[in-house]
Parts: sequence; structure tokens; C-alpha cells
Amino acid sequence: MIIAVASGKGGTGKTTVATSLALSIPEGVQSGTDLPGRFAQPLFLDCDVEEPNAALFLRPRLEDYEEVGILIPHVDHDLCTYCGRCAEVCVWHAIAVVGKNVLIFPELCHGCGSCTLNCPEGAIHEVLHVMGSLESGQAGPIAFGHGTLNVGEAMAVPIIRQLKAKHAVHDGHGVAILDASPGTSCPVVETMRGADFVLMVTEPTPFGLHDLRLAVQVARDELGLPVGVVVNRDGVGDLGVDEYCAAEGIPILMRIPLDRRIAEAISGGKALVEALPEYHPLFVALYEWIAEEITARKEAR
Amino acid sequence: MRQLVILSGKGGTGKTSVAAALAHLASEEMSIVLADADVDAANLELVLEPTKLEEHAFMGGQVAVIDPDLCQLCGRCYKVCRFDAVLPGDDTYRVDPLACEGCASCVYQCPEDAIHVEEQHAGLWFRSDTRFGPLFHAHLFAGQENSGKLVTLVKQHGRLLALDEGRDLLLVDGPPGIGCPVISANAGADLALLVTEPTVSGVHDLERILGTVRHFRVPALVLINKADVNPAHTAGIEAYCRAQGIDLVGKLPYDTVVTQAMIQGQPVTIYQPEGTMTAALREVWERVRRRLNGAGPSPTAISE
Repeated sequence: MIIAVASGKGGTGKTTVATSLALSIPEGVQSGTDLPGRFAQPLFLDCDVEEPNAALFLRPRLEDYEEVGILIPHVDHDLCTYCGRCAEVCVWHAIAVVGKNVLIFPELCHGCGSCTLNCPEGAIHEVLHVMGSLESGQAGPIAFGHGTLNVGEAMAVPIIRQLKAKHAVHDGHGVAILDASPGTSCPVVETMRGADFVLMVTEPTPFGLHDLRLAVQVARDELGLPVGVVVNRDGVGDLGVDEYCAAEGIPILMRIPLDRRIAEAISGGKALVEALPEYHPLFVALYEWIAEEITARKEAR
Repeated sequence: MRQLVILSGKGGTGKTSVAAALAHLASEEMSIVLADADVDAANLELVLEPTKLEEHAFMGGQVAVIDPDLCQLCGRCYKVCRFDAVLPGDDTYRVDPLACEGCASCVYQCPEDAIHVEEQHAGLWFRSDTRFGPLFHAHLFAGQENSGKLVTLVKQHGRLLALDEGRDLLLVDGPPGIGCPVISANAGADLALLVTEPTVSGVHDLERILGTVRHFRVPALVLINKADVNPAHTAGIEAYCRAQGIDLVGKLPYDTVVTQAMIQGQPVTIYQPEGTMTAALREVWERVRRRLNGAGPSPTAISE
């Protein structure tokens, strides 16, 4: 069961909701599958690799570190005949042949491997170009993993892809919660792909609504995933989000009121359900609603 | 012509509200061009009442298309695709356009020549008029790639117009994060204004966005929004900025007037011209303007 937490607009409380949701998965639920294995515990993956913040709230003991990136070409000049086929097939212009010189631009390369496959001399082999890292460990009852894009690197998607692959998110056992980055472009799509449900965290403002619409377009309309909404800072703005959700038939699953105590607790690095335990039963109910929805949909299929 | 980019790392710290306010204040004393570089969640238009003058298609990357009549199900495309974009089916393989990066690796590998690539209509970009100056903005379609390319396009048009018309400032409202659209938004800037907030996430992300703008050698200023939510973290950010030699240009209070202004579709400096928020933003603009003109503000000049 994979639940992605997204928003469109940044700073609406994705990480606040995702971490408290993970901390509210009832014991027994996660080990209730007949395939315990590595998913005996709920898994939390922070897929906002540009700004990974969930660890600040879940405080995992990170024990495993791995550098990741993409495979980029390396040319063996003894074999190269400078025919230029590699440059011809590279749609990113990441490789250029100038006289008896092959120039490689790692920052343009997407690691597709096409140049290597197309080299008639077999003169290209691939080397890892490190773009970031993956870390994982235990956060209390939760298995935790996150990715970090190195400063100055452009491409978040390969890090997210490898983070999800490392933790075998798509095995289908147990519960995985994926915290997405803001926006609606490729890193968000990569996080949502293969999820069973997308929980949208928004705020009831014109910016929140505008970006919620776009995020729903990605999750529901493009990827065909069921969505539900958490309205954070309820009361701060207008009724646009309520009206939109009613018109679109999107359920509002939770409302977190505008409350300075919450803002202060979050600012200090406390998870919401830790700082204000009265939210715990609400998050348990939120989890159970989503779990039932996913089960019902699976059975319907 | 100077180029100022507003960035934050963390989302939701108030970039766009600050950008709208600075657009208003800057336009009172100089001629500006605006560019909204957050093309996958473009919000600046919501508080500037733009009149659209031009609309253009943005052709993004390409995606592979498999001709089912030619496909012999050899599976070569599936094997070579590194983006999990080729999906096996009963009668043919097909390509998931959201996963396809358009590398065309499968095109070259297909022994039946059954695959070609098609350009994607990935979004729209606009030239609009606002009361503060021309605005260049864009909508990347849901789930599309190449936001960095669209950011570059939007900024390029803004820059060319600013140069053509001899305008003084290109003000760029940037996206959150530190990846490709941020790098594109930051490219060519004379100055980056980093809007942060005194939270553990804000502090963490400030360090990463500062690293990013420094990596590309753009000087930075820091603005702390919602500074009174956590005075200890605010003091920490101030100390961090001093240690890093980065000038702090102001602290804004936590005030829902910003949201009220947003609901009215106005910059807060117009919605509440006499309020404390507007006064604080005027001081911020004054310090940013002096820095743009080459005179750096002194961090000690900021009242506690």
C-alpha cells in the first residue's frame, strides 16, 4: 500500500502531514500482511531530494549511506575512431566529437546509455557520475529512507528513482508513505508513479487552490490515482478549496486549523502528533480511511 | 539592466508575496520587467492582475511512440530503456509518455524501425501587462518535463524586452528546491534574495539554496519571513548569515495580512499601504535596491 503525499504549492505542510501519518499507523496493521519481510514496519521515504526535511522530524538513526547518480560515458581513446556516431544519437548534446577529441558534458547527460549502445567500436564504457546520496535507517517503529541531491546538480529524478528502487517500494507488501517535493513536474510524477493513493495537503488560499488543481491534474487525470485532501491552516483564507473539492468530488479528509501552537512546534522540529497528541486519533482515522479506500478499490478491480 | 532572482529552497516561505510587493515598490522608482520562473506552479499572476497580450506554445522534449503494426515484440526497447518508460503489452510494447525522457535510445535499437519520437506540446508561455511592468509567465502542463528549459525561455524573453526598452530591472520569482528549474532561474542573476523562515526546515533549506547560488557565483541576500514564530531560530539564522558573510535585509513578522492581500489578488503593499508589513517591506526593498546599485547594506544596520 503506497501513499504519496503531495501538494503543488510548497510549504503547505506535506512533511508535517506525512510524518504524523507515518507515526499514527496502528501497530499490527503494518505486520498484518502474510508477507512480513522488510515491510513488517511502515516505510517512510522522503522523496523531496532537493530539500529533504522529514529526517528533522522523524530523527532516524541513519546507518546506511550510498552515493548514487547516473551512468555517463567514458571514451577509450585507443578504440575510438572519432566517427561521431555517439554525438549524433545524443539528444541532450552531452557528447561532442571535435577533431580527435571527444568532449563529455556530465551536467547535460541523462544517463540513457544510447551512445554506448550505438558506438560501432565498442569504445565507450560507462562510469558512475555521482549526483547525490541515499541514506536509510530506523526511526522508532518506522523504516526510514531519504535521498539528497548534491548542491549544484540539476536532476532530482534519478535520485528519487533509485531511492524507490532501493527500498523495493513496488513490492506491494506493507505500508509505504512517500513525501513528494512541491510543484507538479517530473520529480513529483516520479514520486507518485505506482502509488495507490495521493494525499494532497493544501491551504485554503488562492495560491494553495491554484496549485492543488495542478497537482490533482497530475495525480488523478494523468496518472489515474485516487486523491484526497488535507486542508492545513484551515480558516486562514477563503472557501475556494472547499468549493473546488465539492465540485470535483474530492474528499476533504482532515482539517488542521490555523494555530500558532502548531507553527511553533513544527518550527522547532517536533512532529505534529508529538507536539499535540490530540491529533493522534485524527491521523489514525485518516490512515484507516485511506487504507479502507485502497482495499476497496483493489477489491473492486 | 540588473537581474534579481527570489529563491528560497523550501517552498511556501513567501517568495511570491515578497516578489509581488517588491514589484510594486520597485516600479515606483524604476522601470521593471517581471518573470515568473515557477512554471509548474505559477502564482505571481494571481496577485498582479495581468492582461495577457500574447500566448505561445512551448514545445518541450520528445517522447517515443511505438507503431503497433510494425512491432514484432522482440522486447529490445524494453531492455534498453533506463527510465522504465517502455511497458510490455499483449500485442505490442507501449511507451508511458510521463516516464519517457525522449532519449531515443529505443528508436536506434529497434530492429523493425517501429519507434519514432514526437515533439511534445508541453506548456504555454505568455507575455502580459501589469500595472508594474510587463510580465512573462508560463504554464507547464501537468507532469511535463523540461521545466528548466521553459524557465530559461520565460527569462530570456523578459531579458530581451528589458534590454530593448532600456528597463532597469528584471525581477524573477523563482521556484522552490535547488534542482534544474532553480538553476535556470538563478542563471545570469546579479543578485539572489533568499526568503527563509525560522523553522528547522527553513534553516536546513537555506544552507542548501545558499550553496546552490554560491556554486553558480551569484551573490545572495537573506530575508527572514515569519521571524517571530521562532525567535531562537531567527537568531540562529542571523548568526549563520554573519558567519557566512551574507547580508540580512530584513525580518518580516508573521501576519495573516499577507494571506488577506492574496485573497484580494493584491500585493500586500497595496492592500495595506500603511501597515507594519508594508513598512518592513519598504525597508527590505531599500536595502535590496542599494545592493543592486552596488552599495551593500551593513548587516548591523538592521534593528533587532
